[in-house]
Amino acid sequence: MKKIVLVVVFAFFGIQTNAQEQPNKNKKVEIEVNGNCDMCKKRIEKAAFSVKGVKSAVWHADHQDLHLIIDESKCSVLDVEKAIAKVGHDTKDIKATDEDYDKIHGCCLYRTEAKH
Amino acid sequence: MYKLLLLVLMPIFSLAQSSVQGKVTDKQNNPISNVKITIPELNDVLFSNESGLFSMIQGNRTLELIIEKEGFQTLEIQQSVKSDFTIQLEKITSESNIATVTIVKKQNTLGRKQKAVTNTQHLSQGELQKAACCNLSESFETNPSIDVNFSDAVTGNKQIKMLGLTSPYILMSEENIPTIRGALQATGLNFIPGTWAESIQITKGAGSVVNGYESISGQINYELLKPQKEDPFFANVYASNDGRYELNTHFGNKYSDKLSSLVLVHGNTRTIKNDMNHDGFLDNPLGNQVNILNRWQYNNAEKGIISFLNIKYFKDEKTGGTINDNSHEMVMNPNLWTSQVNTDKIEISNKIGYVYPDMPFQSIGFQQAFQYNKMHSEFGDKTHHIHHKNYFSNLIFNSIINNTKHKFITGLNFNYDTFEEHLEANFMAEYDRIDTSIGSFFEYSYDNLNNFSFVLGARADNHNRLGLFFTPRAHVKYNPFEKTTFRFSAGRGKRASNIFAENINILASSRDIIFKNENGKLYGLNPEIAWNYGTSFIQKFYLFGKEHELVVDYYKTDFSNQIVVDLENARQVTFSNLNGKSFAESFQIEWNINLMTHLNVRTAYKYLNVKTDYATGLLDKPLQAKNRFFANIAYETHILEKGQQWKFDATFNWIGQQRLPNTQANPVLYQLSEYTPSYQLVNAQITRTFSSTFEMYFGTENLGNFKQKNAIIASDNPNSPYFDSTLIYGPVFGTMYYAGIRFKIKDKKEQNQINH
Repeated sequence: MKKIVLVVVFAFFGIQTNAQEQPNKNKKVEIEVNGNCDMCKKRIEKAAFSVKGVKSAVWHADHQDLHLIIDESKCSVLDVEKAIAKVGHDTKDIKATDEDYDKIHGCCLYRTEAKH
Repeated sequence: MYKLLLLVLMPIFSLAQSSVQGKVTDKQNNPISNVKITIPELNDVLFSNESGLFSMIQGNRTLELIIEKEGFQTLEIQQSVKSDFTIQLEKITSESNIATVTIVKKQNTLGRKQKAVTNTQHLSQGELQKAACCNLSESFETNPSIDVNFSDAVTGNKQIKMLGLTSPYILMSEENIPTIRGALQATGLNFIPGTWAESIQITKGAGSVVNGYESISGQINYELLKPQKEDPFFANVYASNDGRYELNTHFGNKYSDKLSSLVLVHGNTRTIKNDMNHDGFLDNPLGNQVNILNRWQYNNAEKGIISFLNIKYFKDEKTGGTINDNSHEMVMNPNLWTSQVNTDKIEISNKIGYVYPDMPFQSIGFQQAFQYNKMHSEFGDKTHHIHHKNYFSNLIFNSIINNTKHKFITGLNFNYDTFEEHLEANFMAEYDRIDTSIGSFFEYSYDNLNNFSFVLGARADNHNRLGLFFTPRAHVKYNPFEKTTFRFSAGRGKRASNIFAENINILASSRDIIFKNENGKLYGLNPEIAWNYGTSFIQKFYLFGKEHELVVDYYKTDFSNQIVVDLENARQVTFSNLNGKSFAESFQIEWNINLMTHLNVRTAYKYLNVKTDYATGLLDKPLQAKNRFFANIAYETHILEKGQQWKFDATFNWIGQQRLPNTQANPVLYQLSEYTPSYQLVNAQITRTFSSTFEMYFGTENLGNFKQKNAIIASDNPNSPYFDSTLIYGPVFGTMYYAGIRFKIKDKKEQNQINH
């Protein structure tokens, strides 16, 4: 009997801890992503959506940020940043490799613009 | 206590013994750096540091300080330098001292929604004001996609056509609630004052399934003014030389940042009798209208709630017929004929929407409306009464599948109509009926975020007269290049026709009403069913530095069943089910040019092939021009400092030949030719804005003074069997002039913000 109670209590605790650590299914995040134009916007958002778990992605050129709503049980912010860096856009944590950066269209080369 | 404080502070003061600190901030207490502080007495100039601080020698005296900083008002003050102090500077915002440049992108008043998958045009208030715009049926006069029919002299109502089909085939909704239907299907747009509309959306072809199964050739949705955005007071006075006067007043009230209300009052009257074509009949009916709308809006952005409540009432009376009326005569004069149409409406509608705060892509909405419509019509010795009660509700859920590239809308709706109808013509009959329908819908939309999107929708409805049926609709949009858009749409529509209410003007003739009882559930007839297919192509390009837009579209509506209104026998009108083919083909090519800043030209050519199998064979639909040409030129000057502006707008319409119903059964005197002549119309308007709160406009319609001859058959003998006032293809009044003013009082808060 005691054991059963223990099991039940444990199970309950288990649920409780689970509940506490339950990932947010609609986590709102704003991350810095660099880019220039509408073409960049399409590319950035497309890359973000390629990550499973990204529910909404809207990039704002004037604020250089990406508003995300993600399901934390399926992906992390880092996953999204990786995907975006892969298509050539620098994010707060992950910078695009020069190789990937060189692949983007001429009008999208945000790094050169920053130097001016 | 003070002493204690002093004791504590003393050491600090003594540390800074020989100097005091001054601080310069703006009104919000943000420090301002690099402020120039001149002390003439000491012949000294100081600058504030990044924290807005500067130091001075302490002393038991006051000094004159001149504080200057670009973008702020220069300050000259007497300042005690006994202890530390803070000086606040005021920002300069008025245009007089510093030129602030705000770049406002001029929004086109008539825009095609590039993002929408459907072929939807958006008409803003600016576009609506280009025409005299007494009511919504007239607001499409500057738009080539919609044809406005000429009002007949008896009812005075204008009807609109899209893709060659009249308004019963267009779903008309007020903020997405289908309100103009049933008893007021044909005339309802005439009862929405133009100043009430915030914007209009015109969708050509099959529309969304969300609003119901009734749309066939397209959808017109209008948004009413929103209480939260409106000014406390607006007035519009209008007068025209055909004797029509209108007054619109709006009163807005904001109770808090969440709750606001708006009272819209409209009145119009026509008391002057006109007979410009000398046929003994009034060119426009005399009448009065009172129209009141009270709207409430509740917005709670934090909780994601938005809600509206509308209460509407109107009463309209129209009297038409011969110039002299027989109401005072003892004996019926056979040369007199009068008509009387009285319309009343009460409507209460409400909407509530909830957006999930952590999921902005997900929402629930509920809308419901109750309306009571009453129309009593008397045309000579014919009478028609209709009382229509309607309850409509729609529950809508919006969300996504995985991500916002895949969206869906689903929901349930319920519709209840009761009709009590009484007709006295060549026979007497009652047509009472109750219609109920319950339906569910699902619409999926996909957007690849680049160049391709589509919407697939379907609904299933169970209607006590239309049966259980399925309504599919599909829309596709593809942009192969940035400035090129292709659209395709297809869909089915089904509706119960209220044959007398939709063809009420037929009663203003001596025609006998015949209808073939074919054991259907609606007046013995069957529901109307049609498929609509269409495609459109938009190309934007630059030529000689000018922006051009080319729009080509083709739509076809194919009726599986239609209520055919056969006028080919001049003695009668026959209502029957379709026996054979009926279709409407529409081809339109539109070319719009932005010639220079503020100068826009729109041109359009339209070919409409509308044919129906009548008892005498497949014929063109009567009173429908096959060819039309449209041009509109709009110019406006730059808006000056206080809002002064001139606006010029002119529209040219060429209307081709229209087939007239066969009148060979009449005596030669009362016969009409087979086709009407083609004719031209020019409308123009000038608006002078004196300030952001006051403007005047002056305009004219039908500048070429075209008048239809023989608008009324047997007008000299209205009680003969040949009388017919329904064959109107052009204006009967001739040139019409109008003028009006618009005046508003802005919100005090907003005004203060502008002044500072």
